[in-house]
Amino acid sequence: MRNLAGVAVIAAAAIALTGCAAGTPATSAASTVDSAGATAAADFGGMDALIAAAKAEGQINVIALPDTWANYGEIKALFEKKYAITVNSASPDISSAEEIAAADNLKGQDTAPDVFDLGTAVTLASTKYFAPYQVANWDAIPAGNKESTGLYVNDYTGSMSIGYDSKSVPKPTSLNDLLGAKYKGAVALNGDPTQAGAAFAAVGLVTVQQGGTLDDFTPGIDFFQKLNKAGNFLPVDATGATIASGETKVVFDWSYNNLAAAATTPGWEVTTLPGSVYTSFYNQAISKDAPHPAAARLWQEFIYSAEAQNLFIKGGAYPVTIKTLQDAGTVDKAALNTLGELKGDLVTPTPEQAKKNAAILAEKWAAAIS
Amino acid sequence: MIVAHAPALISGDVEAQPRRHPLSEPAPGRLARRGLGKYLGLTPFAAYVILFLAVPTGLAVSTGFFTKDGALTLNNVVGLLAPNVLTTFWNSFVVSAVTAVVGSVVGAIVCYALLGTKAEGTLRSTIASLSSVLAQFGGVMLAFAFIATIGTQGLVTRFLAEAFGVDLFANGVWLYQVPGLLIVYLYFQVPLMVITFMPALEGLKITWAEANATLGGTRFTYWSRIAIPVLAPSFIGSLLLLFANSFSSYATAAALVSQGSPIVPLQIRGALISETVLGRENMAGALALGMVVVMVVVMWGYSVLQSRTSRWQK
Repeated sequence: MRNLAGVAVIAAAAIALTGCAAGTPATSAASTVDSAGATAAADFGGMDALIAAAKAEGQINVIALPDTWANYGEIKALFEKKYAITVNSASPDISSAEEIAAADNLKGQDTAPDVFDLGTAVTLASTKYFAPYQVANWDAIPAGNKESTGLYVNDYTGSMSIGYDSKSVPKPTSLNDLLGAKYKGAVALNGDPTQAGAAFAAVGLVTVQQGGTLDDFTPGIDFFQKLNKAGNFLPVDATGATIASGETKVVFDWSYNNLAAAATTPGWEVTTLPGSVYTSFYNQAISKDAPHPAAARLWQEFIYSAEAQNLFIKGGAYPVTIKTLQDAGTVDKAALNTLGELKGDLVTPTPEQAKKNAAILAEKWAAAIS
Repeated sequence: MIVAHAPALISGDVEAQPRRHPLSEPAPGRLARRGLGKYLGLTPFAAYVILFLAVPTGLAVSTGFFTKDGALTLNNVVGLLAPNVLTTFWNSFVVSAVTAVVGSVVGAIVCYALLGTKAEGTLRSTIASLSSVLAQFGGVMLAFAFIATIGTQGLVTRFLAEAFGVDLFANGVWLYQVPGLLIVYLYFQVPLMVITFMPALEGLKITWAEANATLGGTRFTYWSRIAIPVLAPSFIGSLLLLFANSFSSYATAAALVSQGSPIVPLQIRGALISETVLGRENMAGALALGMVVVMVVVMWGYSVLQSRTSRWQK
């Protein structure tokens, strides 16, 4: 009898919990606007109406946005505070490809992602998942950084940097330094380049630093092979935790990730090598199957607002509207001074180059580092 | 006939038995009802196997024969012959074979040593329960345990370096590569061998040894003519189980190895989630097919061996 009572309590709790999950308002009852078809705030009847519609939805599902990545922690918190909309942050550490897989698997459910933040290769391969939308300050985004209808828009970039634990290794001033005995078992990447964009970019940076071109990453792969032969390559995924524990002493990663680590780990310093600077924009897009279509569009507006764009700078990333912010004087000068301007010979692979190098890496990487 | 009952613990050669007991065969009418009942009783298990094993395997493997847009193609299957893919299959095979052989030999020795203890004694029951826990102690926890003890910043690594100046990783950080997998997998392979092989060893009857001695046999003839032939099917069956266990292991390797995807399960992950090498989702199906083929070949080898060893038992 007591067991039966226990089961009843659990069943009741389960029902209550599912009730919470399913009880979200699906669409705004207040307006007749087709939120999912809106391509600009004007379709709602202006920004205030968009905000009202988004508030009526009350929630937004974001995916693959770690708190320490490009300052997304503060960005999510500010959005929640400003609009009183709950940000449900799912699977922060998954890859861009998994974001799209999540949209597929969760389609039609109220936990499906509303917005994406994707690497370029996945973005270009997944345009059928996106809904076009143009933010209010559409003109502030350079033409080369957006799809013309607003299917996807560049949001921020970093430069590929080298973070190092200044308490246990000397500052690397060239790639060849890293082959020396002082860096034994120390040099790590943020992921496997055949899987993760940040690691792919690291191989790209090494390639151009070695005098190669973005057409062929082989010189970069060869360098990591030498690094592995020297016993200096550490096949561990670098994260804030591995940096804090001292396991990964030298890490190739986006400047914003290395700077985030520097903010929390004493002795962690960030440097870039003279010469070519490797950059690559991430892309913002709205899911066409967004369960909260108005909130998704408000999130997009928010990401391109001066407030959020400045938060990217604070987090060590370069937002896409930085030129406009500087011209208008709305840029967070203190944050930009800390970060330093992006200068030097900027290189970014074209989609064709990225595809070709992906094939080269798939063929050669495993053999190079085993 | 008495001899056959010990290996039946694992090989379960049940259908052969009625043939050997012609007198105990039930009447024809009763047989029909029992036959039907037999299949009825099997239904839940059959449904379970079909729904949760056959259908998912079929679906996963069949994706290997299609492009992303649903057109039939053999490109993914041909892709299995790419040198880098063949290397990962070889690595997977080596990791599984080495950990299965070492695991089963060490496990068998542990079992043999345990035979010397009291059957219901504390030591044997403690080791038996420990083994059943450790055999399941794979995955992220196990990887973490190894990283925390012999990782580059692990307790033991630091202690060896500071107390004796010994650098475990002087020639590179092998723990996160294939050699590391061997050691970590052995951690659950040996206990798995202990729990699967112990019942067979316990099935050895003291009377057989006595009969051997009475007939003038030596210790050598006892092992070569009696114990090993009796134990062989169980041993090889356990070896195969260990091989399959290691071949299909994913979570431990995923948590430990983050570069190069050296074994097939990690290649499947890469094909499914990579954000740099795109459009290989269906390759995952072909890789799964490759794994099924390897397992089928190994099982076939097992059944050939099994049929040879069962000849000894008659």
